[in-house]
Amino acid sequence: MDIEQALHSLRLRALEAIEYAHKLGIEQAEVGVSYDEGLATSVRLGELESVERQRDHSFAVTVYDKGHKGSASTSEFSKAAIEKTISKAISIASFTAEDRFSGLLGPEFMAKNPRDLFLYHPWDIGVEQAEIIALRAEKAAQDIDPRIKNSEGASVSTGCGVRVYANSHGFCEGYPTSSHSVTCGAVAEQNQSLERDYWYTAARDPKELEEPEKVGADAASRALRRLDAKQISTCNVPVVFPAELARSLFGHLIAAITGTSQYRKASFLLDAKGTQIFPEFIEVIEDPLIPKAMGSAPFDNEGAATSQRKLIEQGVLTGYVLSSYSAKRLGLKTTANAGGIHNLIVKPNAGSLSSILKKRTELFLVGELLGQGVNTVTGDYSRGAAGFWVQDGQVSFPVNEVTIAGNLSEIFKGIRAVGSDKDKRGNIHCGSLLVEGLTVAGK
Amino acid sequence: MQPQQEISASSDQFNIARAELLDSIGLQLSDIDHCIAKLMNRRLDYADVYFQSTLYETWTVEDGNVKEGVHSVDRGVGIRAISGEKTGFAYSDELDTGSLDDAVTAAREIAKEKGKGRYKVATQRAIQTIYPSINPLVGLEDAQKVALLTDLDRKVRSIDNRVIQVVGSLTGVYETILIQTSDGFLGSDVRPLVRLNVSVIMKDTQDRLEQGYAGGGGRGDFSLFTGTDLTSNIAEEAVRQAAVNLEAISAPAGNMPVVLGPGWPGILLHEAIGHGLEGDFNRKKTSAFSERIGERVASDECTVVDDGTLPGRRGSLNIDDEGTPAACNILIEKGVLKSYMHDKLNARLMNTQSTGNGRRESFAYPPMPRMTNTYMLPGKHEPEEIIESVDKGIYAPNFGGGQVDITSGKFVFSASEAYLIEKGKLTAPIKGAMLIGNGPDVLTKVSMVGSDLELDPGVGVCGKDGQSVPVGVGQPTLRIDSLTVGGTES
Repeated sequence: MDIEQALHSLRLRALEAIEYAHKLGIEQAEVGVSYDEGLATSVRLGELESVERQRDHSFAVTVYDKGHKGSASTSEFSKAAIEKTISKAISIASFTAEDRFSGLLGPEFMAKNPRDLFLYHPWDIGVEQAEIIALRAEKAAQDIDPRIKNSEGASVSTGCGVRVYANSHGFCEGYPTSSHSVTCGAVAEQNQSLERDYWYTAARDPKELEEPEKVGADAASRALRRLDAKQISTCNVPVVFPAELARSLFGHLIAAITGTSQYRKASFLLDAKGTQIFPEFIEVIEDPLIPKAMGSAPFDNEGAATSQRKLIEQGVLTGYVLSSYSAKRLGLKTTANAGGIHNLIVKPNAGSLSSILKKRTELFLVGELLGQGVNTVTGDYSRGAAGFWVQDGQVSFPVNEVTIAGNLSEIFKGIRAVGSDKDKRGNIHCGSLLVEGLTVAGK
Repeated sequence: MQPQQEISASSDQFNIARAELLDSIGLQLSDIDHCIAKLMNRRLDYADVYFQSTLYETWTVEDGNVKEGVHSVDRGVGIRAISGEKTGFAYSDELDTGSLDDAVTAAREIAKEKGKGRYKVATQRAIQTIYPSINPLVGLEDAQKVALLTDLDRKVRSIDNRVIQVVGSLTGVYETILIQTSDGFLGSDVRPLVRLNVSVIMKDTQDRLEQGYAGGGGRGDFSLFTGTDLTSNIAEEAVRQAAVNLEAISAPAGNMPVVLGPGWPGILLHEAIGHGLEGDFNRKKTSAFSERIGERVASDECTVVDDGTLPGRRGSLNIDDEGTPAACNILIEKGVLKSYMHDKLNARLMNTQSTGNGRRESFAYPPMPRMTNTYMLPGKHEPEEIIESVDKGIYAPNFGGGQVDITSGKFVFSASEAYLIEKGKLTAPIKGAMLIGNGPDVLTKVSMVGSDLELDPGVGVCGKDGQSVPVGVGQPTLRIDSLTVGGTES
């Protein structure tokens, strides 16, 4: 993809669209335009299994007509299709009720000269090279142990995209991004019982991906360690969430402190700003400006400049996750989170996962979480799980068919250690967590 | 082989789809023939071309007013080329002949060897019609859609003064598809889909907050909500659930008998056995049900079908996304595993026929075996008799979502409304809890099946490999002798 060319053409489309909306008498309009390309190559049992090429266009417009809002989108980029889409948004706005909180974010919040966060690192590989990388991952999984008797395959995917946001303040900015991954799924078999697991590496820069052999070997050893699992009896026991699952708990935190769940009163952390919701040692920041990180963005989906901020200080919630609309509803200022959180970072107070496992004489180490079972309104938490019984820091046997349950308010307060083994594949960077106060249900 | 001759047969769906997808951009049927011909110049077992247009619209009521409406148009073509177990797939959301040709070239790269260029001439097929070929978006004026939602909001608030928040949404989808395949199918489907949802938050005098949720829908137009009691029923149901949850005590933890209510709790079947019976996992032998056809996997009481032919249901299809007519397939008959669910690829590799379960989220994804409406046939017990049979356990009539690990067979589904059963009677409501079990043996523990078969209200979405499709589930009341309940009270 010629990035400069693509950016230029998206900018033109965005500006034309805003101009067209103005011409139709609309005071305020905003437009998001994007173009993405990708290639996904997968292999299974040593053979190429599928090759998928993607190419996506998206044009989305929101108009505000004297406090009435309307939105429309299309995958077609022709002038006629875009004009039709804008007219549709205006038509919708003629039926929606006036809302004094809706409208563009004020011009003073717009990002000025947005910073380059180095989010675009194309991976110049074709199908044949991708196939070789995927085969390396799968072979590493198959070679690790004779009990790896089957495969869910391995895949390599690479994608690049350009997005532009423009609005009636004259803001029109965009940037390219890339994202690449290598995934492997292994199936282990022993005594006629089957277990599968997977592992993946993901990064914006292909140079930062783990070696395919490591991905394959990790997938295989994760499947192997689950063999011959048994159900345990119901008990209250310390629970360790490894880094790749620990981030989900902070995902539930974000869901409860977004402006929408606050003004809708749909949160167990309603009006919790300024209160102690974690133990004192917990510090959480949001850093949208980390070069190359998955959750980085120089501005949010409304053009608001992003910046680093503290979200949890000494266990106290210091703010919410707001867009312009939810901020106005709550009488606050936007936190540049239209579209979500950008790199939430949980500060560690402990070391590796293995050092955390030694902190209690016996505990349950979660290996997998199944199902949703999280109620953001009440904080009630109940999820299916598989994992491991850990005695004196050592795994004694694998466990399955259990649930872990509690209430998120107490789970948050029950965090006893945060590991330094951060998982940076997503937008929440958190190490392994030791938590007290959960019930493990089984026999 | 020559491109096909003039179409003689005709059908509503085909004329609508042809106008929507081809005529509007100046494409001819012969352009699709050229695609198939060019694809089959490589050594392929199968190829298809799938045009799709989806108009989607949703209106949202919040704080008593409809302040948001979103409309979207998504249109494109997906090209698939299959050689042995290999699939080449490309799509384009630009529908000119140049983009079509690029996608064909990219998809057929999966096979390097030159083929004989042989394929079946496609003849246009008339298809079954189990829902009307209509565009639900234009069937009701926008002002009336807004009125429907504000009415819903008012109804909810009038039922109970503890309601402090109501968010409702009305969604319509108008999907048209046109498929041509190298095995000779040319046809179309027009798929309307509507849905109405509401979630309410209630606060009691102790400031305890709880939510309730209800919805309904199917393949039809908005008259499903305007000409019926459905909107009132949805309003009452959401309030009822929130009110029940305000009284709920902590759920028990551990193994115990569980009675599932009729209808939406059929999500049990979807998770515990449905996914495990999808053809792709069984061809690859990664399912806990692999190579178990003919074996007992459930008690005698259990007969389970996947039925895409139920009129107007959310999971129903006239044809699947490969042109195969949707069917009623028996998965488990009196406890014995009868059949997997197949798309064309997995059926061919397992020497059988597609069961009409080849589905895709959109043109941008390749098809795979997916469920339609999955349900258990009724048994002989009265529902009351089933509850009375339990000394200590729980009764769960409503659920949120679920998930399954196909390979180990472990599955979960989370109750959103549940009660303790003590000495055969429903007593206190309990907080929502996750239930976990083992797919291959959970149905062997079904000791009683009720006579009260119900289907879900029409809100199900199933996700697999990043693709979402609308589905339905259903079942009568049934008793499972032992299941693990994920509460906090041991």
